[in-house]
Amino acid sequence: MRLPTGGRIDRATTLRFTLDGVERTGFAGDTLASAMLAGGVLAVAPSLYQRRPRGIVTAGVEEPNALVQVDGEPSLTATTVELVDGLTASTVSGVGRLSPLDGQVHDKKYVHTDVLVIGGGPAGLAAALAASAGGARVMLVDDQPSLGGSLLSDVTVLPWVSSAVADLSARPEVRVLTRATAFGYYDSNYVLVAQKRRLWHVRARRVVLATGAHERPLVFEDNDLPGIMSASAVRTYVNRYAVLPGRRVVVQTTNDSAYETAFDLTSAGARVVSILDTRLEPPADLVARATELGIEVRADRLVRRAQGSSRITAVSTQDYDLGCDLLAVSGGWSPVVHLFSQSRGTLRWDNTLAAFMPDTATQANRVVGAANGVYGLAEALAEGAAAGSEAASLVGFPGAEPELPPVASREATPPRPVWQVPSDPARCFVDLQRDATVADVLRATGAGMRSPEHVKRYTTIGTGADQGRTSNIPALGVIAAALGLSSPGELGTTTFRAPYAPVSFALMAGRNRGALHDPVRTTPIHPWHVEAGAVFEDVGQWKRPRFYPRAGEDMDAAVLRECHAARTGVGVQDASTLGKIEVVGADAGEFLNRMYTNAFKKLPIGSARYGMMCGPDGMVLDDGVTMRLAEDRFSVTTTTGGAAKVLDWFEEWAQTEWPTLDVTFTSVTEQWSTIAVVGPRSRAVVGRLAPSLDVSNEAFPFMTFRNTVLHNGIPARIARISFSGELAYEVNVASWYGLATWRAVLAEDDITPYGTEAMHVLRAEKGFPIVGQDTDGTVTPHDLGMSWIVSTRKDFVGRRSLRRPDAVRPDRKHLVGLLPVDPTIVLPEGTQLIAQNVPLTPPVPMLGHVTSSYRSAALGRGFALALVKGGRTRIGETVVAPLGDTLIEATITEPVFYDKEGARRDG
Amino acid sequence: MLLIRCPWCGEREETEFHYGGQAHVAYPADPEALSDQEWAEYLFFRDNPKGAFTERWVHSSGCRRWFNAVRDTATSEFIVEGR
Repeated sequence: MRLPTGGRIDRATTLRFTLDGVERTGFAGDTLASAMLAGGVLAVAPSLYQRRPRGIVTAGVEEPNALVQVDGEPSLTATTVELVDGLTASTVSGVGRLSPLDGQVHDKKYVHTDVLVIGGGPAGLAAALAASAGGARVMLVDDQPSLGGSLLSDVTVLPWVSSAVADLSARPEVRVLTRATAFGYYDSNYVLVAQKRRLWHVRARRVVLATGAHERPLVFEDNDLPGIMSASAVRTYVNRYAVLPGRRVVVQTTNDSAYETAFDLTSAGARVVSILDTRLEPPADLVARATELGIEVRADRLVRRAQGSSRITAVSTQDYDLGCDLLAVSGGWSPVVHLFSQSRGTLRWDNTLAAFMPDTATQANRVVGAANGVYGLAEALAEGAAAGSEAASLVGFPGAEPELPPVASREATPPRPVWQVPSDPARCFVDLQRDATVADVLRATGAGMRSPEHVKRYTTIGTGADQGRTSNIPALGVIAAALGLSSPGELGTTTFRAPYAPVSFALMAGRNRGALHDPVRTTPIHPWHVEAGAVFEDVGQWKRPRFYPRAGEDMDAAVLRECHAARTGVGVQDASTLGKIEVVGADAGEFLNRMYTNAFKKLPIGSARYGMMCGPDGMVLDDGVTMRLAEDRFSVTTTTGGAAKVLDWFEEWAQTEWPTLDVTFTSVTEQWSTIAVVGPRSRAVVGRLAPSLDVSNEAFPFMTFRNTVLHNGIPARIARISFSGELAYEVNVASWYGLATWRAVLAEDDITPYGTEAMHVLRAEKGFPIVGQDTDGTVTPHDLGMSWIVSTRKDFVGRRSLRRPDAVRPDRKHLVGLLPVDPTIVLPEGTQLIAQNVPLTPPVPMLGHVTSSYRSAALGRGFALALVKGGRTRIGETVVAPLGDTLIEATITEPVFYDKEGARRDG
Repeated sequence: MLLIRCPWCGEREETEFHYGGQAHVAYPADPEALSDQEWAEYLFFRDNPKGAFTERWVHSSGCRRWFNAVRDTATSEFIVEGR
């Protein structure tokens, strides 16, 4: 019921919303929950497992019951959803349903601040005022639409709040975020803040945690009935939203705080039947005020059972029943230590306050106010101001004690916590969201569990979307009681982990979705590939044409045609993605000698050499061709995917092991476009392309390069390098000439562009391995059958490992060729290989696996490369590839299938 | 995420750095002179203390320089940072 006056709502602005298909209204300033209660809707969806009726319990982020799906967003709590006009919500049990994002944009912001204050209640406001007085950059973060925290739940809000807010907004170095939840506290004061669809990454030099406290429920029989609410939430609904959640109210408390709820309820016109206080002697001043208002106070009283079916109708105590339609419960207060604990601050149990308190900080932070167990307003304000001032001075700014409002200080009487009442344990709920009861806890402790971490996982208590904000401490109380311990303090807590409140994956992802998920790299020739209808594949971040299908062609047909062209005519490929590093310095040759298994120091200027690189463990790391441009200058190429790794590798060794070598490294991958011109007719094509170049084999032999100018005036570096076994050239030009050069090559008659798939087939026919496809970090150059590339005359990284006992085992996996006995079969890459006639009962001994497999135009059959145990001693043997239910026989061969004598290289 | 003080660039986010493992594990002057055991110790064996640990970092998205740091492995606090 909405009260006729009062509240921090704007009665002039009526908002329409739909809940579970029913149109309703509320006011600006309402939450969905307060508007529901104003409309008489207390019940929410039934519980997830036991389908018991449930109602709104709290007025904030700790809500366990009131889960709603709002405009497609699942798992929100009605108590934290701000009402807006046109909002559509449905109550849900447990889980909601994700909807498409529909163009919603989520964004990220990265900020640095001197002091971050989390929580805009009295302590946080005082801290922010004090910290910012001397010019320090201060950020104040609060999850509510307006600042004030607990003060917003008072009958009238202290005028100091609005003056504090005005002061803060007038300070240029202060940034205030409302509707913003700090949910994760990481190393080096790194705090994540969710503000609707914006994720703030905040790095703070000091943090002040003013995160408040949560009121705890009590565990008694049928304590989940709708109409049982947190006493402080009832007060919030009455004073802040002008909503009366019940007319005949029983208040059950273990501490002083719920008395204010009873008083404010009475002022608002409700009948408070009784205040039941667990304490033997409730404080006299509060009892006197209650008596004045006609409220009966009963000491040493505890609700044992709630009555009612869909809503509470009465409560039973030790000896009598009381009729009511609302039970306001305060089981004590738990400081919100979540963020402090995430920051690896330690906690201690305080027996007087009956709560876990912040103990020792391990990061640059301080906890103030209710979060530090300081519940008195005057004390919290003073503590906040002192912490703010201290934070400013610690980061080099003068702090100043702000003007604080004069508030009366009252000595609180300690609570008398109760963890369990003698009732049916299967109907005493500990975690409402997980539907877990005292009986579940007793089952866990009965099974021998002692650690709260074990009980938590066994009972699922604290694992719901609310992460046990209200249930954790009561659960510890129940466990402690079951184990005969005096308090939860003897158990310790479970670990607090981020996020403090649920955060959507969409917010985490921000704009890094779809095309922006990962950078896409394209070569200067890319537009031509797109126009030509190329099918692309991802190689690292690069988009590379995989093949260029003609009308009616599938991949197999296109690749066979492209391979045939390269072997019989001319094929061209955009090889610009190959990594290119210039290695420069007087010791560049010496450096490469130490990195590569083969020698580069004496490579003549104008020549090129294929090289292989190992890790210190002797395993193949990368390979590529290196050209010597000058005495002190080499151009190294790497695999497309290995470019960044190799550059880092060079830097690491040069800086950390050989700092005296004169050598530097520059990535020039993006500076060059590389076009491979491949095939028996390539010499003629390159001759016409570069008219001033003598392309005869004598003048321009294999593994050399020449600087020249193309017929269209473009300067080029042309190398004779072959990755196919055919006569082939690589035309390198400045990247801005890449597309023009590609077009110039294509202007020749009958040139076939080919993609990575044909390139793979052509090189596999020659038995050239691809690092990362035919190797996997466990393969040495010897395993590849490439002992010829391993120098015996110089040291290089990994050399010593090549004679470790493990590296010379005869049963190491060797790279071999594999020909399926049925020539029409192309074995899937990754297929395991086993011996013939072994029983197929697991474990079947594996001999190896297929690393590359294709259909060959030149061979007219399927063929493969494979890593096989002792493979080179098995040449000619037949192995079996189990594929589903069929066994496919294949013969082990030398890995070179085509042009074994190398006759085609020079044209 | 750690805030790491690069000796050349100042404080930067951890994502700009790569970790290089234990510091002061020098590449042996003459690997061929080592026994299999000695070489294996260079290759595979590293300390794993709880507490102060001297380790290598590289500011890979920044100045690309390697540096040594002493970090507490229990708290991730950088105790000593130097060039």
